[in-house]
Amino acid sequence: MKIVFEQTKGLTDIPMRYCPGCGHGVVHRLVAECYEELGVQENTIGVAPVGCSVFADEYLNIDMIQGAHGRGPAIATGIKRNLPDKLAFSYQGDGDLASIGAAETLHAAARSENITIIFINNAIYGMTGGQMAPTTLLGMRSTTSPAGRTVAANGYPIRVCELLAALDGPVYLERTTVDKPAGVVKTRKAIKRAFQYQLEGRGFTLVEILSQCPTDWGMTPLQSLERVRNEMTPYFPLGIYKEPEDDKKARPKKDAVKKES
Amino acid sequence: MSERILMKGNEALAEGAVRAGCRFFAGYPITPQNEIPEYMSWRLPETGGTFLQAESEVSAINMLFGAAAVGRRVMTSSSSPGISLKQEGISYCASAELPIFYANIVRGGPGLGNIAPSQGDYFQSTRGGGHGDYRVFVMAPKSVDEMANFPRICYDIAFKYRIPAMVLADGILGQMMEPVTFDFDPVEADSLSIPDWALRGSKPEERRVVKSFDLRPGKMEEWNYRLEKKYDEIKAEEVRYEAINTDGADLILTGYGTSARICETAMAQGRKEGLKIGYIRPITLWPFPTRIFRDLAGKIGKFLVVEMSLGQYVEDVQLSINGRSEIYLHKRPAGGIPTGEEVLEVAKKVLSGDKSKFYV
Ligand SMILES: Cc1ncc(C[n+]2csc(CCOP(=O)(O)OP(=O)(O)O)c2C)c(N)n1
Ligand code: SF4
Repeated sequence: MKIVFEQTKGLTDIPMRYCPGCGHGVVHRLVAECYEELGVQENTIGVAPVGCSVFADEYLNIDMIQGAHGRGPAIATGIKRNLPDKLAFSYQGDGDLASIGAAETLHAAARSENITIIFINNAIYGMTGGQMAPTTLLGMRSTTSPAGRTVAANGYPIRVCELLAALDGPVYLERTTVDKPAGVVKTRKAIKRAFQYQLEGRGFTLVEILSQCPTDWGMTPLQSLERVRNEMTPYFPLGIYKEPEDDKKARPKKDAVKKES
Repeated sequence: MSERILMKGNEALAEGAVRAGCRFFAGYPITPQNEIPEYMSWRLPETGGTFLQAESEVSAINMLFGAAAVGRRVMTSSSSPGISLKQEGISYCASAELPIFYANIVRGGPGLGNIAPSQGDYFQSTRGGGHGDYRVFVMAPKSVDEMANFPRICYDIAFKYRIPAMVLADGILGQMMEPVTFDFDPVEADSLSIPDWALRGSKPEERRVVKSFDLRPGKMEEWNYRLEKKYDEIKAEEVRYEAINTDGADLILTGYGTSARICETAMAQGRKEGLKIGYIRPITLWPFPTRIFRDLAGKIGKFLVVEMSLGQYVEDVQLSINGRSEIYLHKRPAGGIPTGEEVLEVAKKVLSGDKSKFYV
């Protein structure tokens, strides 16, 4: 019998406790498939954040460390500087990465720390019950912006890829979604590319994945996918924000980045 | 090994850590400890180690969290406000049982305070410092020689018990120059075995996880009892102190670090004048040398506590003596440095029955 599909060995058998329709589980699987496919599963160390994915250490079948809220890039730095031959990545939500850990993110990027960040942008604080995030869209309701986020009260959402692209440090920055199969495939490609660059010692890489949080958005899974498509991608355009020059030239024209605006 | 060299306290501490096997340092500038990161910035690369100037103290302690998790001997240092910022990370290290070494070269507080020598961070150091039920091993050097040699003891304890260990000193100890003899052979960091708990990438069936929590019902309580067991062992095994001239003394002077030196001076002068003054100096602030105080309580009528803070250290003395002797307190906060003569004056008053410095 020919095996055409197998579950990745990059994940443990522990059933995930994420809510139905949540993007975290999909991205976990993609991350796992990538280190498995690259043949580095036994040489990978992951950093789990504080957020819904605080349990990532139970699901990702590798050496894992769970650290303080927002400090993943610093923790991954400590690991990578001492074990430069290992693949080190930090998995983080938007509150974790763009609010409390904004300094750690910015400086790891500026140092071009040779680590990868998998950044789940679901525009909300999932774990604590749906408070406003630094990426919450204008007008979007949260438990701490019950009438909708306003510029007057809360200012503007932060576009992380664009912000980091202004620095010289980052080597590869891409924003994707997991709202449909094509997005999932693209996300997988992006994560793999980021890991590959790290293994080649090129420097800082980050993949931002626009994700859905049906529970704290108060939506059905299908409605939440619609929101990613219709509300999030216009504000957070998909595409590659930074990549090595040689790879940019080598890519066929039709794959060229098309930023939807 | 037995070579005597003249060194500044902060540099002796840094060199002592390197000789004890430190190969990773992350820190953020703050006076009066800048000589430590400055020294490490050239010294660590010489040994194949890594020095990183972090973007903040918060980031520095989390870099240590990652570096300690792969089994490295790591260090950070700061002064009071910076140590406050590191407390969340230290608490994580304590819970995740990661051995780290750090130094607080204390300055005057609270707030930004000043850069003068102070002992105002005694509570913060000896009570854990951050959130949750935990302790860190705290050593208080009184000389540059001890600044040089205590890092090795801290690493030994930190790795033996898998806990954070620290040196608590002040700007005087950090800035002054004294002869130093390193009393141990340099540790070859590469020859140290990698601890079995250290992350390094592994087969799925052998994978390791470093974390500081367990949300399952009852599990965090068990976790805490496990930590407590270690702390009890440390309390039983790792207390260090110095006690001089306690036999038949009428008064015991006591203080730690810089204050201990001042007490020593006062004692020496007092004894020259025929006064029966003894002296106790804790070397470990946690675990606290409770027993020596307990043993002398009731036998010696008076204890005079000297501290460069407003009554922090005295509380541990009080807990140990437990009402069986009189305790007097001479205190100077945020840059007030008592002199030997000043302390001897107070000691004489106390011996003559003056109650103005009576504490309890
Ligand atoms: C120092 C600190 N502050 C606050 C918290 C509480 N907290 C836990 S998770 C979280 C937000 C998580 O949101 P996000 O990073 O967006 O991840 P998500 O849960 O949405 O995946 C907060 C504020 C904490 N654990 N530690
Ligand atoms: S609360 Fe949101 S982010 Fe968290 S698991 Fe549920 S759907 Fe996912």
